Amino acid sequence: MSSRETILQRLRNRTGGELTVPECDFSVLARPDWPTNERIERFEKMIESVHGEVHHVSEESWMDRLAEVLNTRGARNLLVPKQHEIGQALRGAGRDDLPELLIYDEPIESWQAHLFNEVDASITSTRGGIAETGSLILWPNNDEPRLMSLVPPVHIAILKASELYTTFHEAMKAQNWAAGMPTNALLISGPSKTADIEQTLAYGVHGPKELIVLIIE
Amino acid sequence: MTETAERTDHHIDVKEFHPRVHAAIHNPKIRKNFRSAMDGLMSKRRNAFEGWDLETLRDLGANIRLKALANLPDLLEQLEQKLTENGVKVHWAVDGDEACRIVRDICKARNAKTVIKGKSMVSEEMELNHYLEGEGIEALESDLGEYIVQLADETPSHIIMPAIHKNTGEISELMHEKTGTDLSNDVEYLTASARQQLREKFMNADVGVSGVNFAVAETGTLCLVENEGNGRMTTTVPKCHIAVTGIEKVVPSMEDVSALLALLTRSATGQHITTYFNMISGPRKAEELDGPEEVHLVLVDNGRSSIYQDDELLDTLRCIRCGACMNHCPVYTRVGGHAYGTTYPGPIGKILMPHLIGLDEGRHLPSASSLCGACGEVCPVKIPIPDLLVRLRQESVDGDKLHPAKVRGHGAKRSSMEAMIWKGWAWMHASPGIYRFGTGVASKFRALQPSKAGAWTDYRTAPKLAAKTLHQRMKERGQ
Repeated sequence: MSSRETILQRLRNRTGGELTVPECDFSVLARPDWPTNERIERFEKMIESVHGEVHHVSEESWMDRLAEVLNTRGARNLLVPKQHEIGQALRGAGRDDLPELLIYDEPIESWQAHLFNEVDASITSTRGGIAETGSLILWPNNDEPRLMSLVPPVHIAILKASELYTTFHEAMKAQNWAAGMPTNALLISGPSKTADIEQTLAYGVHGPKELIVLIIE
Repeated sequence: MTETAERTDHHIDVKEFHPRVHAAIHNPKIRKNFRSAMDGLMSKRRNAFEGWDLETLRDLGANIRLKALANLPDLLEQLEQKLTENGVKVHWAVDGDEACRIVRDICKARNAKTVIKGKSMVSEEMELNHYLEGEGIEALESDLGEYIVQLADETPSHIIMPAIHKNTGEISELMHEKTGTDLSNDVEYLTASARQQLREKFMNADVGVSGVNFAVAETGTLCLVENEGNGRMTTTVPKCHIAVTGIEKVVPSMEDVSALLALLTRSATGQHITTYFNMISGPRKAEELDGPEEVHLVLVDNGRSSIYQDDELLDTLRCIRCGACMNHCPVYTRVGGHAYGTTYPGPIGKILMPHLIGLDEGRHLPSASSLCGACGEVCPVKIPIPDLLVRLRQESVDGDKLHPAKVRGHGAKRSSMEAMIWKGWAWMHASPGIYRFGTGVASKFRALQPSKAGAWTDYRTAPKLAAKTLHQRMKERGQ
C-alpha cells in the first residue's frame, strides 16, 4: 500500500466518534463601510507604522512625484512594466528628470545577476489595497514578474484610491478569489524586515529596504 | 540551556531533561533574553487585538480548524487534485524519514547540490538539513534567525523567533567567527551582511525548500507568512521549489485563510499582518518570466494520523503554530526553548511531542507545566492545552479503567508503589470510619512530622497537620 493510501485510510477509519462540522460565522471580520477618505487615512497610518511611505498624487502629478522620489534617492534606473499603462506612460513621457527605464521582458535566467546587482528601483501596479492592515494586493504576471517587487532595493507601487478595500476578507470576496488563483499572489505590507536579532527591527533584510506607495486619488 | 547546545534528536535523554532545566534556570543570560522577549511579545499581542471581539474571533478560528479536521481526508484529496491540475506534484510521507527521502530524490533527479531553505518547523521535525548533508547536498537556512542558529550549529529555541536565546553581542561574535564580518553591535550592519551573503546563495541554489502556513483545498494554494522576503526568494529564485507541510495544515477555502491569518500574525508577534503574505498556486507558466519550473508539495504525517484517532487529542491538530502559548508560558519564559530538547518547545511542544517521539521518551513533557492555563487562554484556535496536559499525565501513568491509555509509550511513568499509595488513599477517603481514625492518629503524632520533604521544601515551608481534625473541632462546637 502506498503512503498516500496508508495515510488516507488511517484518517478515514478513525476510531473516535463522528466529527461534526461547526458553523463558521465570518461577520466578526467585518468592519464599517468606511468612506474612501477614511480608508486612505487608515491605510496610510498602518503602512507608515511599518516603515512604508505614502504619497498622495493625482493622475496628472504622479510622474512628477515619482521623479522627485527617485532623484532624492539617487536611483540610476527604474524597472517598469512593459505593457501596463504605468510603463507605457513613463516610457512615452520622454522626461529627462527620470532615470534610465528598464523593462523585464526576458526570462530571469538571462539577466539574474543584473537584476540582483544593478537595478536600483522598480515600479509596479497593484490590484488594490487593504485599509485595515495597510496592505497592497499584487498578482505578478509576465508583464510584472514576481521578482520585480522583491529584488530591487526600492519598490514603488501605484495604488488607486478607488481600489482600496476595507478588509482582506472583503477584497477576496469582491475579486472572487475562490474562482481561481494565479500562480503567485501577494499581500505586501511594508518593506522587508526582520526582528530576529534581539527583537531589534532592521529593514531590507532580503527584499526591498523601502516601499513607496503613490496613491492616485 | 547547557553551554554547548546539543542537536535535537529524536532521542531525548530523559535523564538530561532536569539538568538542562536546572542549567537554564541558573543562567542569567538566558533568563534575561527570554524574559524581555516574552514580555515584549505579550504586550504587542494585547495591543494588536485592541478593538477586536477577540473571543468571537477565536471561536471562528477554532471552528474553521475543526471544520477542516472533520473533513481532513476529503480536503487532502481535494488539495491534491487541485494542485495537480495547477501543475504541482504532490507527495505523501508517512514519517519524517520518508519525507527526507522524497526531498532527496527530487534533488538527485535535478542533480541539485545546494538547497536554500525558508523557515519550516516540519523540516526541523524531519531533521532535513542533517539528512541532506549526509547525502552530499548543502542545505542553507535563509531566515535570519534560522541562519544564525545554523551558523551556531544549534536548533531553534522558539518556533517563530529561532535565535531569541542569543543577544546581539553573541550573534556578532558568531558571524565574525563564521563569516568574517566585523565585530559590531549594529543590528543594521549585521542584517546587511547576512543579506549580502544570502543573496549570492539564492542566485546559485538549485532547489528552494519552504514550509506552508495554510494549504487551501478549494484553489490549490500554498500560503506562506513572512516578514523578510526570504520565503519569496526561496520559492521564486531556484528552478525547483519543494514545500513540506504537516497533513493538518489544509483548510477548505481562501475565506478561511482570511480569518486564520488575522489570528496568526497578531497572536504570534503582535503584527496586524506580516510584510509578505505569499500565495503560491503553481509553477511558472510558459509565458511567465520567473518563478520555479517545478513545484512539489510533500504532505507529512509523522504521527498526526495517530493523534487524529482520538476525539480529545485531535484538538492538538488545530494548532496554527503561532507560538503565543510559549510567549505566555511562565515555564517556557524561565527555561527557554532548548531546555525541552524537542523540536517544538513550550506548551504546544508538551502536547504534540509525546505523540511524535512516544510518551516514554517524552514522559517529562506533560509535567513540565504549572497548569496555570495561560496557554489555553491565548490560543487563537482555543486548543484546551491544560486539559490535554492532564490527559497526557494520565496516559503517562497508564490511565485507569475509565480512561484506558492509548498514546504510544504510555505508562512510562507508572510506579507500582505510587499506584498502591493512591489506591490506599482512595480507599481511605471512601471509608468514613477509617478516614476519621487515620486523621485522628495523624494529628496525635503531628510532632513526628518531618519539616523537610525533599525538593518541595527547598523553597517552601512544609505544611503542618492541625492539632485537631475538622471532625473533632466540629464536635467541640457542639455539632
